[in-house]
Amino acid sequence: MKTAIIKSIVTLFLAVAMLMPMLATASGGAHLLTAPIDINDKESLRRGAKAFGDYCYSCHAASFMRFNRIAKDLEMSEEDVREMLIHTYNKKGAPTKIGDLMEVSMTDDYAINAFGTAVPDLSLAARARGADWIYTYLRSFYVDPYRPTGFNNTVFPDVGMPHVLWSLQGLQEAKYKTVMHGDVEVEELDGFEQIQAGKLTSTEYDVFLGDLTNFMVYVAEPVQVERRSMGWKVLLFLIVLFGFAYALKKEYWKDVH
Amino acid sequence: MSTDNVVDTKRRRFLVNSTSVVAAVGAGFVAVPFLSSWMPSERAKNAGAPVEVDISKLEEGRLMIVEWQSKPVWIVKRSAKTLSDLVSLDDILSDPNSENVDQQPEYAQNANRSIKPEISILVGICTHLGCSPTFRPDIAAADLGADWLGGFFCPCHSSKFDLAGRVYQGVPAPTNLVVPPHKYVSDNVIIVGVDEETA
Amino acid sequence: MGNLMAWIDERFPATKMWNDHLAQYYTPKNFNFWYFFGSLALMVLVIQIISGIFLTMHYKPDGAMAFASVEYIMRDVPYGWLIRYIHSTGATAFFVVVYLHMFRGLMYGSYKKPRELIWLFGMFIYLALMAEAFMGYLLPWGQMSYWGAQVIISLFSAIPVIGDDLTLWIRGDFVIGDATLNRFFALHVIALPFVLVFLVIAHILALHEVGSNNPDGVEIKKNKGADGIPLDGIPFHPYYSVKDIVGVVVFLFFFSIVMFYFPDGGGYLLEHANFIAADPLKTPEHIAPVWYFTPFYAILRAVPDKLMGVGTMGAAIVVLFFLPWIDRCKVKSIRYRSVIFKVNLTVFCVSFVVLGWLAMQPATEILTLFSRIFTFFYFAFFAVLYVTSKNEKTKPVPDRVTS
Repeated sequence: MKTAIIKSIVTLFLAVAMLMPMLATASGGAHLLTAPIDINDKESLRRGAKAFGDYCYSCHAASFMRFNRIAKDLEMSEEDVREMLIHTYNKKGAPTKIGDLMEVSMTDDYAINAFGTAVPDLSLAARARGADWIYTYLRSFYVDPYRPTGFNNTVFPDVGMPHVLWSLQGLQEAKYKTVMHGDVEVEELDGFEQIQAGKLTSTEYDVFLGDLTNFMVYVAEPVQVERRSMGWKVLLFLIVLFGFAYALKKEYWKDVH
Repeated sequence: MSTDNVVDTKRRRFLVNSTSVVAAVGAGFVAVPFLSSWMPSERAKNAGAPVEVDISKLEEGRLMIVEWQSKPVWIVKRSAKTLSDLVSLDDILSDPNSENVDQQPEYAQNANRSIKPEISILVGICTHLGCSPTFRPDIAAADLGADWLGGFFCPCHSSKFDLAGRVYQGVPAPTNLVVPPHKYVSDNVIIVGVDEETA
Repeated sequence: MGNLMAWIDERFPATKMWNDHLAQYYTPKNFNFWYFFGSLALMVLVIQIISGIFLTMHYKPDGAMAFASVEYIMRDVPYGWLIRYIHSTGATAFFVVVYLHMFRGLMYGSYKKPRELIWLFGMFIYLALMAEAFMGYLLPWGQMSYWGAQVIISLFSAIPVIGDDLTLWIRGDFVIGDATLNRFFALHVIALPFVLVFLVIAHILALHEVGSNNPDGVEIKKNKGADGIPLDGIPFHPYYSVKDIVGVVVFLFFFSIVMFYFPDGGGYLLEHANFIAADPLKTPEHIAPVWYFTPFYAILRAVPDKLMGVGTMGAAIVVLFFLPWIDRCKVKSIRYRSVIFKVNLTVFCVSFVVLGWLAMQPATEILTLFSRIFTFFYFAFFAVLYVTSKNEKTKPVPDRVTS
């Protein structure tokens, strides 16, 4: 009798505990694409660095990153990095050094005036937002005449940033479909429609964004390649140490009966 | 059971020693990142990066100071007379021929301790205990004696150097002042912190 | 060598201490897996102190510089990234080890007479550790640091009459600010580590005074041989020192996997929002404390009233202190206790984990309901234990430890 009650309580309890994960509703927001990240692909990272320099770095800083770190990690000469990324003077007014941080001259006040918001630093964007978010966001600009920049974004509605890549991507419009959520009609995004071709084909644009995102993932944590390669060496060492320590323990514990 | 009572001390000692050695190697590796974290960071290295100096406005007999690796670097333009005077001091100097090779790059190991004879470039830190000596070009200064031909005097412990940074005998500083690595990119532009390419 | 040792021993009890605490400290020979976590906790403490000392050499406790100085450590300081990841992974490891250590105590009744003080010192260590972790989490000065601290400090404002003044005093500013950061830094790197080390010493001294419990809950000191040494005891050194070394190596293996391959733990160890510098004008969309606080945070959220919520959460921690007196059963180990106890403890542990998971989810209506149910189960553990332990139907406890 008593055990039966206990059993049913336990069963109920476990059932509830197991059910729980299913009840967690995926929080709303746009569906994100998977960014093709390969941090070991130095070719891609170098292309991404160029894209970053050409399209992002005039407004966005990456102010925790040093130019010469990029040269070292991406196996480029300092001259090449200088040519690709350094076009300015640093904040002291002296010519930017190869060891300087990737700062920009635009002030927050200027940016708030121009875009309605400060321009975020991109050093850590990939760790704060995630690579998939960046990858999806950069392809989700659509024509919206009601916005001051002429563009809106499905991933980041009413974003202040203009669509700086429009000449590459071309122009697209957002398509919506009507879905029923219970009794309520909801407008849901149903893809984009290209209305004007850009300089790049859709496949080329994918690769371009992939490289750029890849570079931003690298910039967010430049040490990650080194970190992983150090990791397996440490693990290997610990396995060796385990062999000795375990044999030592076994030997001493022969005494214990 | 009974066989277990015999302790194999040899095996035990071997295992204790080998485990200790492997663990000590591990501890050694662990120490590396902690100790290296005291080395100059990328920021410090950048701040200490080579500096470019334009000396076109430097007048004869004057000193200009630039900062390199947060240290004062002196650039002195010496007159022809000063240069000829240098030889006369050889007898009262510790190392007149700059034989201590740590104190200057190879290309500055000469009578004037410089690439161009008239331009002397020195790290302005006394080789005694790190004070920065003062520039005393005044010949026969009252406090430095009638035979003073101009040079550097360290106020901390009274070390004396001539205008080539060579140390006098009988003062606490053991060696000549350091000539930093430097090179000329043009007649009047020097980069301090990079060696001249040895062709 | 022997002479030197004798010279020292006349002046300082070096050999005596070595013997009392290691070479002649007799420990039950039947320790199992669960008995690794005490020495592991000590090791993690050492790891945290060493890596922490090195971090303070590069970190700037200044509202304008803190965030950048952490990235400076991650990028510009030679191996700074490694030291920082050791410390951040160490924080999680500390709680993993401590929770398992506490669970061991629950299973084998290690808090019972004569070990009540060991348990109390341990609980104070846990409390100090929570404060230490909380203050340390503010230091990176990211969005999660900032708003997490904002929420936790605001808990004190629930206290009637003095609440608002108290929070103002803790912060030293009208919001979390430079003053708060600076004082938390001082407490995190100086005051609390001192308290922790002192409590750990007290914890170990109390343990070595009464001797260790074991999975059978048998007092080994009751059965001594002619030489006065417990029959079921073996000297801690070398037997448990060599055994704990194996435990340490295995622990370091898992530690390294997390540290080298998942240092941000998918956003659970280093949260995504914490890679954005603190901004007093913008709250992140979704605030959850780091995983080790989440069970208590779920209890807080489960209660709809501010004061009651804070009170309930506080009670969830305080009630643990009284465990030695709530559990009135004479039998220590779960091996010889009743089904009711086993079920009760299982429900308690599952509730703790589920609450921890719930706190990381958005507070929907249904999940809040579950938070309440599991909060109830959490407290029910103590009530059921108090009622059922007095006349619990236990199995006979053996005289000697089983292997």
